[in-house]
Amino acid sequence: MNDDGGVLDRYAPLVDDEAAFRAACDRPLPSVVRVNTLATDADRVARAFDEEGTDYERVDWHDGLFRMADRSPGTTWPYAHGWVHGQEEVSCLPAIALDPDPGTRVWDTCAAPGSKTTHLAALMDDAGILVGNDTSLGRLSALRHNAERLGVTNLVVDQQDARNYSLNGFGFDEFDATLVDAPCSCEGTIRKNPDAFDTWTLDHVHEVAGIQKGVLRRAVQATRPGGTVVYSTCTFAPEENEAVLDHVLRDEDCRVVEWDCPLESVSGVTEWKGEEYDRQVTRATRVYPHHNDTGGFFLAKLRVGGGGEREGAEADTGSEVGA
Amino acid sequence: MTDESDGDGAPGNDGSQFDRLPATADEREVEGRATRAEVLDWWEERFGIEPETFAGHTFWEKGKGKIWVFADDLPSPQECEGVGMTVLRTRQEHWKPTTTAVRKWGHLATRNVIELSPGQATAFAAGHDQDLPEWDGDWGYLIATHELAGGQVPIGVGLYLYDELRSVVPKGYQEELPEL
Repeated sequence: MNDDGGVLDRYAPLVDDEAAFRAACDRPLPSVVRVNTLATDADRVARAFDEEGTDYERVDWHDGLFRMADRSPGTTWPYAHGWVHGQEEVSCLPAIALDPDPGTRVWDTCAAPGSKTTHLAALMDDAGILVGNDTSLGRLSALRHNAERLGVTNLVVDQQDARNYSLNGFGFDEFDATLVDAPCSCEGTIRKNPDAFDTWTLDHVHEVAGIQKGVLRRAVQATRPGGTVVYSTCTFAPEENEAVLDHVLRDEDCRVVEWDCPLESVSGVTEWKGEEYDRQVTRATRVYPHHNDTGGFFLAKLRVGGGGEREGAEADTGSEVGA
Repeated sequence: MTDESDGDGAPGNDGSQFDRLPATADEREVEGRATRAEVLDWWEERFGIEPETFAGHTFWEKGKGKIWVFADDLPSPQECEGVGMTVLRTRQEHWKPTTTAVRKWGHLATRNVIELSPGQATAFAAGHDQDLPEWDGDWGYLIATHELAGGQVPIGVGLYLYDELRSVVPKGYQEELPEL
């Protein structure tokens, strides 16, 4: 049993099946790899695993995900060739939701160590400009290593505080799409990191929520009107999820839009601990560990406003950018 | 090699920033800096990889001769931590391709490619040097490949000298892998 120090008690009122939720949080996660489509396709990865005798199971909801029987995919030929990358199933949702087009300009605000960044690069077909930013040089070195390993050439690695990020030097002043996969209290990763709750405090939740609000606000400001911002965390805390959205909806020109989550999920919550949030947060997505036998996750897709905002603006992206 | 080992860079070369390579020697302002034309020629001459392969990419130098390749264009210089991926080491007698570049574009190579047997491939990936007197091609940097899932796949860069194939797969990429 993980000692959650009572942290999970606070989320019991939010989940549909408390016993299943707690039981799932106690089970370790399977090791999962994502196929790097910049290097190969899923069927060739399967064939290579077969040839070397590595056991796996294809994930039913996504063609490019493999659950590994052995927990260390690093010692396989597909891994050595950069054909696959270790990445949990739920952590594939942000790039799928952002759905960036090749040739566009994309900002990943909190990019290291780079699973989601390299997924974005793959969806962009390694074309356009992807800026992977993070504050920590140590984590940036992991980001660079992962991007190189997977053969990503459209990534600019940057070290700034995302809350007051400057685009100076790029020769353009706004992005088409931005991912805010925010630093958080990581409750949803309990199945991967059994000590995730050891340092949990409510003060930390509030502190990190302040950072999340700052990063998400800057993300909306730095994205062109009609562009997309995805906000995600791996925590259950509404203080870090719906409350952050509520804050940014009030202060910045944007709205939460529907997106089609490929995993079983529930809507964002509009009330928590006496606070009420903007109704739009019901369009956000909560994924609990017992829903799909994954980690926990929160995600919202935002459309940036700006006067002449129009529903179909996204489709014009390709003609608006270039070298 | 890490960036830190590049120190301050070559004379006239600011080690803290990325500078786009000049198109040709006529446009070169920093002594010793490779040109885009030279880089494209090198890939074509050494490995038969067509210049068009890199048509949409820009090349950048940081530090002392490490060349990076980026999928798009940006104003030069760039003062960030990375612009694309490392592709080549210049400013030395024999230019050396990076493992990652060879893994990305090596399948396009038509010469100086050495196809390894299953046992040789496993030894190579683990970083071991091996005697290979049967190679009668050029000496120097080769692209080592092996058969996997229906085709030859580049593993990394080998240095062939005196009947020996040295694995120059960086330590971080070396792995004990199954023999296929």
